[in-house]
Amino acid sequence: MPTMKARVKVTLKNGVLDPQGKAIEHALDSLGFDGVSGVRQGRYFELDVDAGDKAAAETSVTAMCDKLLANTVIENYEIEVS
Amino acid sequence: MKSAVVLFPGINRQRDMMMALEAGTGIVPLSIWHTETELPDVDLIVIPGGFSYGDYLRCGAIAGRSPVMAEIIRAAKRGVKVLGVCNGFQILVETELLPGALMRNAHLKFVCREVRLRIENNTTFFTSSLNKGDVVSCPVAHGDGNYFASDDKLKQLEDEGRVVFRYVEGTNPNGAVNDIAGVVNRQGNVIGLMPHPENMIEAMHGRTDCWPLFEGLAAA
Repeated sequence: MPTMKARVKVTLKNGVLDPQGKAIEHALDSLGFDGVSGVRQGRYFELDVDAGDKAAAETSVTAMCDKLLANTVIENYEIEVS
Repeated sequence: MKSAVVLFPGINRQRDMMMALEAGTGIVPLSIWHTETELPDVDLIVIPGGFSYGDYLRCGAIAGRSPVMAEIIRAAKRGVKVLGVCNGFQILVETELLPGALMRNAHLKFVCREVRLRIENNTTFFTSSLNKGDVVSCPVAHGDGNYFASDDKLKQLEDEGRVVFRYVEGTNPNGAVNDIAGVVNRQGNVIGLMPHPENMIEAMHGRTDCWPLFEGLAAA
């Protein structure tokens, strides 16, 4: 079975406050970076997945996101398999 | 009432909880190691506070997927009572036994102090010795206690009287929506709260405000 690289991006849903993002935004501002707004912090995962094909890998990683990698109450995820 | 306390690596508040349960129920609680897949025959399972798995990924995320939790979810569905305190509450929302999520405190700081809690629902197994509207002092110690739920879910919780503990206005330590400190599931047998009532039950704690919660377990 080929091994594929999956990249998963987990981000907060719209409407969920992100105090860490806000703190980062303030820090950027205090470093002199003007005109920065809407900073949102997320998580990024890389996984090596053994799967029959790309679609199977995507199905498998989707299940991983739903079960563990993301908290779907507050987070969305995006999967990219190559 | 027979009780048991669940132990995960990184949990550190189990001793206080076990002492409180023993004092309240008159029976020494059992302990359940996280790899166990058979639960003892008890009426109440308590998930204590601490930092299970070092809070990796999200607080309570890894513990929530451990073998013992699958059994606890099954037991909860059968009606066994489950109480989660602090990290235990985080674990219960991660398993979706309780709704919502516990996010990083709004001010981003770990908070360790006393808050005032209002009893909003005194019909639960943990609050039946108090009156609705009673206010008790209780310590908190957490970095991720900022309760969040979608607007729909929040309305449902409020309409159904499922907010059990609420921070008294002005003492919300973490930015939790609607000042929510603790909630109960729809069946009424699973309760989670961020504060540590087990640490406000004897004279040495400075106050005994939370003793009725444990005293009431004997009859629950």
